[in-house]
Amino acid sequence: MQEIVDFLQKNAEGDLLPFSAQQEAAARFSLHLAEVEEIALTHNLLPTCYQRNRTMISIQQQLSLLRSKVAVFGCGGLGGYIIEELARLGIGKITVVDPDVFEEHNLNRQLLCTRELLGSNKADAAARRVAAINPAVRVQAFALAFDRGSSVDILQGVTVAADALDSIGIRLELAAACNKQNIPLVHGTIAGWSGHVAVQYPGEDILQHLYAEKKTDHGVELRLGNPSFTPAVIASLEVAEITKILLGFEPLQPRRYLAVDLYHSEFTEVLFPQ
Amino acid sequence: MQITVKLFANFRNNRFKNEPRTIAPDTTVRAIVAELALVEDELGVILINGRHGSLDQRLSEGDTLSLFPLVGGG
Repeated sequence: MQEIVDFLQKNAEGDLLPFSAQQEAAARFSLHLAEVEEIALTHNLLPTCYQRNRTMISIQQQLSLLRSKVAVFGCGGLGGYIIEELARLGIGKITVVDPDVFEEHNLNRQLLCTRELLGSNKADAAARRVAAINPAVRVQAFALAFDRGSSVDILQGVTVAADALDSIGIRLELAAACNKQNIPLVHGTIAGWSGHVAVQYPGEDILQHLYAEKKTDHGVELRLGNPSFTPAVIASLEVAEITKILLGFEPLQPRRYLAVDLYHSEFTEVLFPQ
Repeated sequence: MQITVKLFANFRNNRFKNEPRTIAPDTTVRAIVAELALVEDELGVILINGRHGSLDQRLSEGDTLSLFPLVGGG
């Protein structure tokens, strides 16, 4: 171990570790890039790619993110941005789940959708994108639909789950599965110019309240569609909440949801009483 | 009696954001929803005075009814 630490310290620039040195250490000592990253962070060396995180996220906190596992359900409009932001943040393990392939009508808003990926599975595309941005992240891709059968395996060891699904019924199943495994769930959803975000803490049932009136699995998004900017906003709010949960900052309070209306430039916080 | 109705997101299109309304005693949320020509299937959260309400709930003098569309996209 001391040999690795000496190598990293020798090749660091101040307390920053360039990727070339991280890669070389991984090759020389037969380690995964994530293992090198963990050794670096525990010895107060920050991989250079996180340099602009550092006034908000300390080296110790960066290590907490590396040791976290976030599962993202849905790799479409919301999921694409969520996965992108988690990878850039330096979340150590990201699980991505989506059974669908990219279609032409996804191009207007889904970050991971490019013309050459039309017909490719979205979870596989997400894994490739993460590897291209931050190869130290360990990605697990599930090209399957979330259901009660698959939930136990997918949620294994997950610190926080992110809802980027497009079906209310499956969302409620995910909320129940997260509760069963004591995993906080950050919920987000979109329709047209609007959307909302909420956090379901273990034992809470805010999604049941949000969808108490539901009669179908889809809301007004079926009629309104979704433009490019709404998923980016709601996904970013979700990632901010995920980050706060992982770092022990104060996230959205239980039983609250934040309704976002970009057309009228309004953010409305709603509290569901006990 | 007087109530205030607040509409959110696309429910405002061709309607209003915030409007005082005069209604008969014992009017239900469902009746207001119908009067505003909102589609019940598109109804998300219902709040009465900031608390979670339901379609069958009857409104009282001075209530504020807030209606949010059902949102499920991802």
